[in-house]
Amino acid sequence: MEKKYFKSLDELTIDFQKDNSNQPAGDKQSLLEMQQEVTSLSSATRRDFLKVFGFTVASAAIVSSCEQPVRKAIPFLIQPENLVPGVANYYASTFFDGIDYCSILIKVRDGRPIKIEGNSLSSVTAGGTNARTQASVLSLYDNARYKNPMAKGVETSWEDVDQQIQNQLSAIKTKGGKVAIVSPTIISPATQAVINEFIAAYPGSFHVQYDTLSASSILKANEKFFGKAFVPAYHFEKAETIVSFNADFLGNWLSPIEYTKQYVKNRKLTEGQRTMSHHVHFEGGVSLTGSNADKRIQIRPSEEKIVIANLYAEIKKLAGLSSIDVLAGPVDVKELAKQLWAKKSKSLVVTGSDDTESQLMVNGINQLLENYGSTIDTAVHLKIRKGTDDQMELFVKELNAGNIDGVILYDVNPVYDYPQKDLLTNGLSKVGLSISTSVMNDETALLCGFICPDNHYLESWNDAEIKTGFYSLAQPAIRPIFKTRQAQESLLKWAGKPADFRIYLQNYWETIQYPKSTGYLSSTAFWNAKLHDGVFESSEKEVVNLPFTITTADAALTNTKNATKTDSIELVLYVNTSVGTGKHANNPWLQELPDPISKITWDNYIALSPKLAEQLGLEDEQLVKINNQITLPVAIQPGQEKNTVSVALGYGRENAGIPSNGVGQNAYHLMKVVSGEKKYWLNEVSLEKVGGTYPIARTQTHHSMEGRAIVRETSLEEYLTDPSAGNELHKEIQPHLKSLYEQRKFDGLHWAMSIDLNVCTGCNACVIACSAENNVPVVGKDQVMMRREMHWIRIDRYYSGDTDNPEFVRQPVMCQHCDNAPCENVCPVAATTHSNEGLNQMAYNRCIGTRYCNNNCPYKVRRFNFFDYTGADVFQGNKKDEVQMTTDLRRLVLNPDVTVRAKGVIEKCSFCVQRIQEKKLVAKTENRQLFDGEIKPACAQSCPAEAIVFGNLNDVHSKVAINFESERNYHLLEELHTLPSVGYLTKVKNTIA
Amino acid sequence: MYVSPIREPLIRGNKDYSQVTKDILAPMAGTPSKYWYMGIALALSAALFGAWATYVTLFTGIGSWGLNKTIGWGWDITNFVWWVGIGHAGTFISAILLLFRQKWRTSINRSAEAMTLIAVMCAGFFPLIHMGRLFLGFFIFPYPNTRALWVNFNSPLLWDVFAISTYFAVSLIFWYVGLIPDIGTVRDKAKTKIRKAIYGFLSFGWTGSAKHWSRHETVSLILAGLAAPLVLSVHTIVSFDFATSVIPGWHTTIFPPYFVSGAVFSGFAMVLTLLIITRKALHLEEYITVNHIESMNKIIILTGSIVGIAYMTEFFIAWYSGNEYEMFTFVNRAFGPYAWAYWIMMTCNVITPQLFWFKKIRTNVLITFIISIFVNIGMWFERFVIVVSSLHRDYLPSSWSMYTPSVVEVGLYVGTLGLFFTLFLLFIRVFPVIAIAEVKSVLKTSGENKNHSEHE
Repeated sequence: MEKKYFKSLDELTIDFQKDNSNQPAGDKQSLLEMQQEVTSLSSATRRDFLKVFGFTVASAAIVSSCEQPVRKAIPFLIQPENLVPGVANYYASTFFDGIDYCSILIKVRDGRPIKIEGNSLSSVTAGGTNARTQASVLSLYDNARYKNPMAKGVETSWEDVDQQIQNQLSAIKTKGGKVAIVSPTIISPATQAVINEFIAAYPGSFHVQYDTLSASSILKANEKFFGKAFVPAYHFEKAETIVSFNADFLGNWLSPIEYTKQYVKNRKLTEGQRTMSHHVHFEGGVSLTGSNADKRIQIRPSEEKIVIANLYAEIKKLAGLSSIDVLAGPVDVKELAKQLWAKKSKSLVVTGSDDTESQLMVNGINQLLENYGSTIDTAVHLKIRKGTDDQMELFVKELNAGNIDGVILYDVNPVYDYPQKDLLTNGLSKVGLSISTSVMNDETALLCGFICPDNHYLESWNDAEIKTGFYSLAQPAIRPIFKTRQAQESLLKWAGKPADFRIYLQNYWETIQYPKSTGYLSSTAFWNAKLHDGVFESSEKEVVNLPFTITTADAALTNTKNATKTDSIELVLYVNTSVGTGKHANNPWLQELPDPISKITWDNYIALSPKLAEQLGLEDEQLVKINNQITLPVAIQPGQEKNTVSVALGYGRENAGIPSNGVGQNAYHLMKVVSGEKKYWLNEVSLEKVGGTYPIARTQTHHSMEGRAIVRETSLEEYLTDPSAGNELHKEIQPHLKSLYEQRKFDGLHWAMSIDLNVCTGCNACVIACSAENNVPVVGKDQVMMRREMHWIRIDRYYSGDTDNPEFVRQPVMCQHCDNAPCENVCPVAATTHSNEGLNQMAYNRCIGTRYCNNNCPYKVRRFNFFDYTGADVFQGNKKDEVQMTTDLRRLVLNPDVTVRAKGVIEKCSFCVQRIQEKKLVAKTENRQLFDGEIKPACAQSCPAEAIVFGNLNDVHSKVAINFESERNYHLLEELHTLPSVGYLTKVKNTIA
Repeated sequence: MYVSPIREPLIRGNKDYSQVTKDILAPMAGTPSKYWYMGIALALSAALFGAWATYVTLFTGIGSWGLNKTIGWGWDITNFVWWVGIGHAGTFISAILLLFRQKWRTSINRSAEAMTLIAVMCAGFFPLIHMGRLFLGFFIFPYPNTRALWVNFNSPLLWDVFAISTYFAVSLIFWYVGLIPDIGTVRDKAKTKIRKAIYGFLSFGWTGSAKHWSRHETVSLILAGLAAPLVLSVHTIVSFDFATSVIPGWHTTIFPPYFVSGAVFSGFAMVLTLLIITRKALHLEEYITVNHIESMNKIIILTGSIVGIAYMTEFFIAWYSGNEYEMFTFVNRAFGPYAWAYWIMMTCNVITPQLFWFKKIRTNVLITFIISIFVNIGMWFERFVIVVSSLHRDYLPSSWSMYTPSVVEVGLYVGTLGLFFTLFLLFIRVFPVIAIAEVKSVLKTSGENKNHSEHE
């Protein structure tokens, strides 16, 4: 028998006990079991070992090769109609946020809206978008949205809220009280009807249209001039000379997408066009529009009126009318007046002034120049910004007087953006019933008794009339994500009407709009067709040939006699192209969007001219207190008028969520309200240096081209004599491009992109469109300061000339898809290669992150994932996501066609290869060739100026091939013989005055 | 072999063979001194700092460094090239000087080669750690796979992989082959059983028979022949990392010879730094004499001057080429925001070595030591200037930026220094720092007693 060893006394005794006591004697079964157990353990054969070993190794291999388990993938049990998994659906809709209007298509993938595209069926925005429209899809997936109705700060149910609100409303009704609905301008006819229903249900209630950026002065001026308050339709495309006084019509003034479309129409020198408008811009700060002007003249905001008066006086003289002597302005406008006079009825003078008299004089100028009826259409009204400032003033006054019993704040946030915040909050506290229908967390809703969250616009039904007769529809592209309800439905419900806004809207369209249409058999057919198109354009007109009273303009001119000059520092409050009025501040894409002028992200700042900075002894990033109110860092801005400083509105949100809380400072409270009008500038501004500095995150820190031929420029004069003017280098370099190697041939398709620098305004729509399309991570301010922003397309901005009055040039730069690519050569693992269609491809899976390609890229368009920005890393817990872009909710915006890149890999523009592939497959299934222009990368699709053209270079008739043959065409750093597939068309400035 | 009597002896003191053995094995015997313990404690803590930095890099990402969208390489590649450069001296001394029959190499080749190996290890660390995804680093090997993925043989980074691994392998074998007779000696002198067993195993059964010697010398010569071109090729290929690019300041045909001479220059400087301490600490002044130091200093003058001429040539060509980008890069190097680095480089690499023209200076151990440190610093800055100042302002001014290393990058550098000294301190305890057998071979012709007796 085998000798028995024991390691301890216990072991020995326990064994004994087990043997004797735990086993009932004679239990054969258990004895057999025991025996088997023993043998199975001891007698594992070699085969058994191999089996177990093999299984272990195989399972270990399988387990370890699954990098990430799939979480929360829920299959469709019943496939919805018209939904093919993996194929996007597009729904026509409308974006309107009270400021910007855009007719759009919503791209929906597997039930999720993931991208906004322009709707080319609209003749207003015609397929163009802007940065905020592009970014609006991300706000759908914002954690800072209200997710439930709330009563007194407590989440509750809709039934409960409705009950409470209706009780209070009927109490108000019985006592004959007033309820005010405060909203931005309502351009939706159906919504207006709903509001009217509500007002009808609660007599005594009234509607206040409160516009954060108002066109109050235009409305008032037109009321005096034409006897009717309206904003006319402008036609920049018909104007050969454009004079703008601080009207940022390419950025934020009224309808910028539409105006960009119009503006570039007669500035494009492609397709045989040989004329260009001449654009003169007067301003104090540097706006997007000003930086695009042919001639930019710096004036202080206080001087604007005098300059306009001078121009009006000169025009009057030219018209042979008696004029008066006005105070001499800082600039001589005689020449300008002559030029305008020469372009009678083909010119356009606009002003962004908040002063009614200035607007009146501009009306007078346009009247004398016979621009009404040609470049300004009074028969078609622009329906946005219908609110006048005094409406709000009156409302606040009433509120404070305690004359209002209920307030419904519909899509407005006055506690944040109303200049006299204290007055408003004080008034609000006196109201018994306050309801906010805010979609997102905001400062006003915090003070309201009830929060009845509205749906996001992508979850809503709506319509809009942007201009007289130009209607569009909005439809939901997703069911409400949270327990929200459309504000219109809330109003209907409280008014005691059937609360289904879709039915209401359809009825409205079928009864009111259908009769305006032609060619539809039934109202339902009309509705279905318009819902499909998203737009409906009837030929309605307002009253034509309005009588005008030019004496009102003359009176304004006479009044300027008393104007005095001041020398104090003046402050301009403006909105930028990214966060705008602050409504979209909680959108990380917009916060990280570099300003088109200063290239600053994530903050507002005091833009200061270099001279003033020198005079005040201020340096970049130094903290300065304005008017003892807010402290902001200084950003020295060449081109800023010497004594004018600018501060952007839209920052300093307090209750907007992560990431916008505390980004920048709120400048709305610096604004003054003078006799019922909001003033967007103020004089006698005090700038007080306080200790310390504050870092600013810029994406570009060097601003000179250093004499290199990067952006090639010429004047119209030179261009007309020699189309290759400014581009002489191209011809010089071409013959020198020799190689020992055979040049690559592309037999089938050869993708290329042409960018017309002459029409790119730098509006940044493409940057956001690219981020949305390609899942480009947002990295946050710290990382931007480290120069690690990830944008695949950037817009370089250079200054030329002297620092006090520089010229601005811009250049969108993305991967140039070089046919002789320096990056491809140096990758040790061939992670970046060239396709047989001329694309420079990036295989993220193969990339090991040596960054050699990035170093060797002369265009520096490659981006490295320095951290785990996306949560795609194999390690857990090392995510770098200060702006919360990787929450489950935010990730719903990701485009499933584009890989989310992990830490440690390089990424870059792919020419939207997923779009190319999609259209190729479509063409293949339809057994046809691709059309030219069928494939549009996100940047080209979004561009309101149509500056980007994409296509097949092998097709000689394609637009891109024609552009490449243009004498204006050149390639960036072409002397390096990288053979880029991106071509640029020279910038041409119209200096012919 | 005849040696001119007026030549300074290579080994001082009246040594006989047994005395040589005793002297050289002395540092390996007994317990280490407290200085050794202090040294290794310091080196290990530096290495630990490096280990922390490695962890941070791998876990959080390259973002923990100071790099950005414009500057993709910083201290990582600077350190890599610096260490590879240092790793040139050992094999240069033992292979090229062997082929040229320079006898003075015998006293220094062993430790120089050990230094080479350790330096190449430190160098190899940087291309690994600089990868964004180190765990997929094996992609750079051309291994057969079912996905038919292949490496890009056009990429200089791939050439690097082969050049450095080959160099390391050949240097290691060469070093080890040279060690075999000495390991035999150590085995014979070993006092404990374990020691005897280990060294017995490592000596591959060396008996010192004529046949063994004959084979040993043949292999040594063949390996020297193999290693000699590698000395030149490694840094040539490292220079291709830059030279084949399109970046102004990198794209330069002068790089291969310039890099090789720079490497030998820095390698010798590091050998001097180490050996001046070693000979003092281990009392080997009679073996590593001022003569040796002077010879190395002469090589430093030569290579340092080549490097200096290369700097000037680069400037001349930048102007002569008429290439605006290149011209800008060089002006920017000398007068731009990184000018301080450039002038440190110029001072340390071009001016200080010229002092060695004076015999008094090149035979002064202390000054030599100081200058060797200067050269080490200068050569580090040379690489920094090449890597960073070229990248930070290249073609499009919109992307220009600045670079400051983070503490993690400093940690990685300090870590490799720690690793370097740790391994070197271990080496001096484990193997004879001077090739005993080779020294013995020159003792009769170049030892002091030989010369002395002849003069009598």
